Amino acid sequence: MMLKLSIEKMGELFQRLAEGRKLYLPLDRGGQVDFGPWTPEAKVRLDRLKTIKSAKDFFFPQTENIVSFKRQGKDISIIENRDAEEPFVVFGVRGCDARSLDVLDRVFLCDPVDSFYKARRENGVVVSMACSEPEETCFCSIFGIDAADPQGDVVTYIIGDFLYWDERTDKGRALTETVKSLFSDASGDSSLVERSRGEIRDIVSRLPLCSLSLEGFDGSALKEKFGSPLWSELSQACVGCGTCTYVCPTCQCYDIQDFDTGHGIRRFRCWDSCMYSDFTLMAHGNPRKSQVERFRQRFMHKLIYFPANNDGMYSCVGCGRCVAKCPISMNITKVIKALGVEVNV
Amino acid sequence: MCDSEIRSDLLIPRLGVVTDIRRDTPDVKTFRVNGPSGGVCFSHMPGQCAMLSIPGVGEAMFSITSSPTNKEYMEFSIKKCGSLTEWLHDMEVGQQVAIRGPYGNAFPVEAELKGKDLLFIAGGIGLAPLRSVINYVRYYRDNYASVDIVYGARSMDDLVDIDEIRNEWIGRGDDVNVHLTIDRPQEGWDGNVAFVPDYVKSLNFPTTKTALICGPPIMIKFVLKALQELGFDKSQVYTTLELRMKCGIGKCGRCNVGAKYVCRDGPVFRCDKMEEMPDEY
Repeated sequence: MMLKLSIEKMGELFQRLAEGRKLYLPLDRGGQVDFGPWTPEAKVRLDRLKTIKSAKDFFFPQTENIVSFKRQGKDISIIENRDAEEPFVVFGVRGCDARSLDVLDRVFLCDPVDSFYKARRENGVVVSMACSEPEETCFCSIFGIDAADPQGDVVTYIIGDFLYWDERTDKGRALTETVKSLFSDASGDSSLVERSRGEIRDIVSRLPLCSLSLEGFDGSALKEKFGSPLWSELSQACVGCGTCTYVCPTCQCYDIQDFDTGHGIRRFRCWDSCMYSDFTLMAHGNPRKSQVERFRQRFMHKLIYFPANNDGMYSCVGCGRCVAKCPISMNITKVIKALGVEVNV
Repeated sequence: MCDSEIRSDLLIPRLGVVTDIRRDTPDVKTFRVNGPSGGVCFSHMPGQCAMLSIPGVGEAMFSITSSPTNKEYMEFSIKKCGSLTEWLHDMEVGQQVAIRGPYGNAFPVEAELKGKDLLFIAGGIGLAPLRSVINYVRYYRDNYASVDIVYGARSMDDLVDIDEIRNEWIGRGDDVNVHLTIDRPQEGWDGNVAFVPDYVKSLNFPTTKTALICGPPIMIKFVLKALQELGFDKSQVYTTLELRMKCGIGKCGRCNVGAKYVCRDGPVFRCDKMEEMPDEY
């Protein structure tokens, strides 16, 4: 059922959503807009389309504890050290980031299941928000994502002076129950919401990158794309900073490291990047010797290897963060253009 | 703390104890590992791997060199080549280790390999994963036809498990034929001298055999070439790959060759299937 709330009462909504659970939403954090925990003083910025990082962090955090150890002489003890589990809501997730959770689910929830990720997925409720002002770095539509009708447990729209709230899943309905008294029925406004969706889709259709074609990017093209002579030219200016992988909502490569706290050893996992030289370095050598191979790996994975293993699903959602953040202005859209069919040229 | 108090995840190891250490070569030692109350830490199939770690030092993937038919202990033959392996080489009997696994697929000992003439080809530390299969095949000897083992190393001092090879694999009259070779002539060595791929070619094996290869990547490539020159089809050849790994379950993203993860889809690959994979290993 569609509900609505005057945007003047958003503060009350956030307060209610934060009762008994954490609420994360886009905040002004030192001049940048990124997801953060809500407090009554927080500067909420739902007007900003792209947060610096995606909502990935709440399900697959940049670092998390796996287990701890104590070593004494020849003996080792293994100590439970998972981060505490708590229910939470992520509010204001855009369609691209909402879809990225499907991509991450494919990795972490396939057998054998990653219990850390699974717990966060179970504890988290995703409240997504339609993109009223898609930007020219956006290209979600080429991956079949509808910025006007994102997925999520609850989908919201800001239209005029109202926040529209549409519950979509059991989790979403349970969340709605806790805030329902703030809302009024909006079932009579469906044509208004539909018109707003149409406006968003119209903007998306005119975005420059949304005309890219993914034709030819599938598992059957693996060797042909891998062997393309274009990789060396495309990767030439790549500095291997890994920014693209850190801002990416679907990058999921991780490292496992030990940290000596002085009171024991904490084993944690943290994001890693295929763009780094030591990612595949072994005592006997490195199968990806130069940035050409590392660069190729990142894009082959997103556009060929991942779909080959996941029923054609690409490991990119077109959020455009890498387009905006790459220091040398190289990004996946340029790779799609260079290696794709002629229609892209 | 007892393992049962820890919420399990495949990334969380259990404890093992080093109960014996054998020096095989100047840079290879074989470590015997038991569960805390004896026996093996977990069951496995030949060719599978385990993650061994010393907390605070590091964690790495090693092939399990003991056969699953050995229920008393597990063994790992480990070459000293990095910070973790140096630490392992310096440890003493009684040291506890963190261990998780088993990971990856196995050589198809219960399927395609049954009833076949088997040809094992190993170089240096590459014997470690094949030793598990060889001892499995010797245990269930009637299930397989002839067995040939070609094993080579840089020198006679670099042959891993030479005591077991001499005392248990050679001269048992069970149709297991061992062909040893070293790279260069050496005093005290009256066996064959040749690189493994050349030796394989000179032995002129009939193409009725199924080959299992492990060794340095360059050796694998040249042995495969030698076998093809003898008339072998790639579908008759299996190998086992090794790349850097962190998770062991196809999620951390670094051991892929094309769309295949060595830890999950391998480490054992039939060579004809590897044609779909790009040359990045």
